Amino acid sequence: MSDEHDQHDHHGHHPAPLSEVEARVRALESLLLEKGLLTPDAVDTVIAAYERDIGPLNGAKVVARAWVDSEYKKRLLAEGTSAIAELGFGGMQGEHMVVVENTPTTHNVIVCTLCSCYPWPVLGLPPTWYKSPPYRSRVVMEPRKVLEEFGLSLDESIEVRVWDSSAELRYMVLPERPAGTEGMPEEELVQLVTRDSMIGVAQAKSPGAAS
Amino acid sequence: MNGIHDMGGMQGAGAVVPEQDEPVFHEQWERLVFAIETATSCQGFYNSDEFRYAIERLPWRQYLESSYYERWLAAIETLLSEKGVISAEELKARVEQVKEHNGTLATSPAPAEPGQLAGRLAKIVREGASKRRETGQTPRFKPGDAVTARNINPAGHTRLPRYIRGKRGTIQSLHGAFSFPDTNARRQGKNPRPVYTVRFAAREVWGEEAAASDSVCVDLWESYLEPAL
Repeated sequence: MSDEHDQHDHHGHHPAPLSEVEARVRALESLLLEKGLLTPDAVDTVIAAYERDIGPLNGAKVVARAWVDSEYKKRLLAEGTSAIAELGFGGMQGEHMVVVENTPTTHNVIVCTLCSCYPWPVLGLPPTWYKSPPYRSRVVMEPRKVLEEFGLSLDESIEVRVWDSSAELRYMVLPERPAGTEGMPEEELVQLVTRDSMIGVAQAKSPGAAS
Repeated sequence: MNGIHDMGGMQGAGAVVPEQDEPVFHEQWERLVFAIETATSCQGFYNSDEFRYAIERLPWRQYLESSYYERWLAAIETLLSEKGVISAEELKARVEQVKEHNGTLATSPAPAEPGQLAGRLAKIVREGASKRRETGQTPRFKPGDAVTARNINPAGHTRLPRYIRGKRGTIQSLHGAFSFPDTNARRQGKNPRPVYTVRFAAREVWGEEAAASDSVCVDLWESYLEPAL
């Protein structure tokens, strides 16, 4: 397992008592290891993929490319999966990608009301709030109110489209390119693209606000 | 099933509470649950529809009181027991042993070919596993068609959310045929059929208080739909 796990196993002095859920997971792990259905390197491989390699930076690169390359943007909106694959991203929970574009007149936001479907290859694993009952129950019914709570007030004239990922398609929002970024290089644009802007609960950052 | 998981349009859940700089996992056991799910589903003990259905079958109270990865853990335990991989008794006994040793229980892993399972998992992470299937059948609907989501209440797994049942929408796009969750979740066959994105006006679903311009797009299997009158 990981270093943290080994330390927990082998430190002799005063280990914290295991919680019930920790005990269940340890028990399951040990039985699967004994049966040859799990291996330590398999665990490490999966964890490293989502802690180290796959996260919202992937999606940010896709968005920045679409902002600077109009031909790429066309391909991205027409056939998301293959356009995303051009940048080397794809895989589990991103087999069939649809990218929806925010414009001055249309705002898109994604959700999965039935479970927590999310485009892993471009955004990584979902944040807790995305998987929580408040977001899943409310954003389909009162999207404007939920977005306001995220600090995003939309004018009445803007059309809001909520995408409920109820089948095997996974959605990503292409946020609007912020004003004042004309001529900015692609690598710098990447820094303006947040996870939340690709879910649709925020806009991309303005150049002045970028940290 | 009309379970607690089918949350779209429910009220009273409270505010959405984002966490600043949230880590990918909060606890080591969550990492393990995620890896165990990937490993056991990848080895074919259950498919993703069975996994979702196992979560939906949790008692309401347990579903709501559990965190996301606690629900995963419960579903994995249920499925591995139902599939005869690890019985509930075997697991319970091992939990007691683990507690007695306070987590320091030594495990003797079965001899495995180094890297074999890790390689399989790396491949599925990288390549995914599409559930799209060629059927050669002509889809019943085309973009622009007016449809109604059927008012049905299947007792088992379904991906037809309650909030759009009986509502009228418009076919926005067709995505090909995908394994049908209602049967795949019970290992009664993949039965691939077309999936459409259907757009419902917010007012059709939620009434006059919704903004006239807003809409909800839902991805629906063909058998969830009928032509609108």
